Amino acid sequence: MSEREKRFDCPEAAGGPVCTPEPERARISGSETVRPEKKSFAVDQSVTLAGVCMKNPVVVASGTFGFGREYGQFYDLSELGGICCKGLTLHRREGNPPPRIAETPMGILNSVGLQNPGVDAFIEHELPELRKHELAVIANISGSTPEEYGVMCGKLSAAGVDLIEVNISCPNVKAGGLAYGTRPELAAEVTAVAKAHAGTVPVMVKLSPNVTDITEIARAAADAGADALSLINTLRGMRIDVRTRRPILRMNTGGLSGPAVLPVAVRMVWEVHQAVDLPILGMGGVSKGEDAAQLMLAGASAVAVGTACFADPYAPVRVRDGLAELAEEQGLARVAQLTGGVLPW
Amino acid sequence: MPIQKRCTVVGMTRLNPTTYWMVLEVGKMVEELGLRAGQFLHVACGEGNLLRRPISVALAYPDEPEDTAALIFEVKGEGTRWLSRRQAGDQVDVIGPLGNGFAVEQGGRYLLVGGGIGVPPLLGYGECFQKNAVAVLGFRSADRVILADRFQACCEEVYLCTDDGSAGRHGFVDAQVRDILEKDQSFTAVLACGPRPMLKNVAAAAAEFGVPCQVSMEERMACGVGACLGCAIQMADGTMKHVCKDGPVFDAEEVDWNV
Repeated sequence: MSEREKRFDCPEAAGGPVCTPEPERARISGSETVRPEKKSFAVDQSVTLAGVCMKNPVVVASGTFGFGREYGQFYDLSELGGICCKGLTLHRREGNPPPRIAETPMGILNSVGLQNPGVDAFIEHELPELRKHELAVIANISGSTPEEYGVMCGKLSAAGVDLIEVNISCPNVKAGGLAYGTRPELAAEVTAVAKAHAGTVPVMVKLSPNVTDITEIARAAADAGADALSLINTLRGMRIDVRTRRPILRMNTGGLSGPAVLPVAVRMVWEVHQAVDLPILGMGGVSKGEDAAQLMLAGASAVAVGTACFADPYAPVRVRDGLAELAEEQGLARVAQLTGGVLPW
Repeated sequence: MPIQKRCTVVGMTRLNPTTYWMVLEVGKMVEELGLRAGQFLHVACGEGNLLRRPISVALAYPDEPEDTAALIFEVKGEGTRWLSRRQAGDQVDVIGPLGNGFAVEQGGRYLLVGGGIGVPPLLGYGECFQKNAVAVLGFRSADRVILADRFQACCEEVYLCTDDGSAGRHGFVDAQVRDILEKDQSFTAVLACGPRPMLKNVAAAAAEFGVPCQVSMEERMACGVGACLGCAIQMADGTMKHVCKDGPVFDAEEVDWNV
């Protein structure tokens, strides 16, 4: 018996020789480190979102990428167009009790509940790290009162982020959050307060899909002065363990993301693009270039990749390259030319 | 620092009807990235399953031409069923090394306490301590027992417990742990891995006799690298820590056991 066989020999194994390495088959490939190959494209990938120039249209979605430290171990964050940082609140939050994650058909439910270190800790510890890379830094904020949004916008504007994403649509917190995102007059109030405190930093309002008519909220935010819109946030959902009869999530319900929500996102981006004249950051279930292209054709100026990162840390890079490839195939000079290009029946 | 790797399966053994022992070639993950038992690999389990499955490393050895790691897992759903159907020569996509593993020191004497599928991550520690560890292994019933012979070969003593009494002592591991600690508190630490109620009871027993205790915890996980904050565990001080980044091993004292 070889050394290797001895190490993995298990006397109790059920039947037959144990752990038989098949060296001939196994030697076919050994192991290989996974990294997307570096590609170069002739197509111009740069886009502008609310006056913010990004070298490519792919950003990572808030809550799926932390403040970039973790996935920054896999590749240089400068590969990305931008990062929507983990949602911030005025004060530190510990978030919801576990379980916070449930897998669903082609999606996941989460009820993280805005766990974050607070806006001041972000400005002190995370922003300087992010500034070492070349990408648009988009701070995502949630408040329980309009005043809180204002205070955070003031702090972030002074600290110098590129864009502020105002989250009026988190389904996982009790106060504020979703309520602002489902009532036009509240959405308008929060937008106006954010704008009043954000100085020269553009404000992008993140919309909830958990409404009957998303264009109503979009119009309210636009009329109140929003510089851009991002959509969609997660769809409220639920999964039940049929044996214990308990919901998997400790909060019972959570927000659905992943490939399952892509068609909803495409539809809502398309509707909002027709309803208001604001640039859109499209997101929801993007895991490949074609998905991103759908959102852009529906009207998005840039796209965010979120849940796909969990399966594949390189997903944003692959989406970027897939999108550029597709634009080249179609003979475009600029990826941005996809925006709004859908030809509806 | 973790990397993503496609690894070749070089061994696949069924230990009991639902438990599998998979050996992977992991490049130089052991020598260069320090992969060790008690950490985990985040394993992609087929196209239809969006999330990876975190699977503990039972053994990790530097080797030529590539280092090898053993993952011992139970089939619990579609993802692990897919994984159980891999054969030698197939490839699986993993991210690792992830997580911390138990904090141990050279020359220490340890009490290893495992329950069910929590037993495998302790094997690497038993084998590295060379007779300087005592193991308490708990299973549901005799037909669920795994790895007992491997622990026998490397530990000073092995105590087997089953819930139904069909093998070893009738009852849970914490009763056995209490009996051992009553007579002998000279352990550097108790290292425990298993279901949460078991860990809670073992932690209480260790605390009773003043022996430090480390526990390896489980929670539903998404990213595996600390980005999504999904796999939260509540700490005694009211804060949250995360199994993937801060754990899976925690000091038993810092965990809030009353939630």
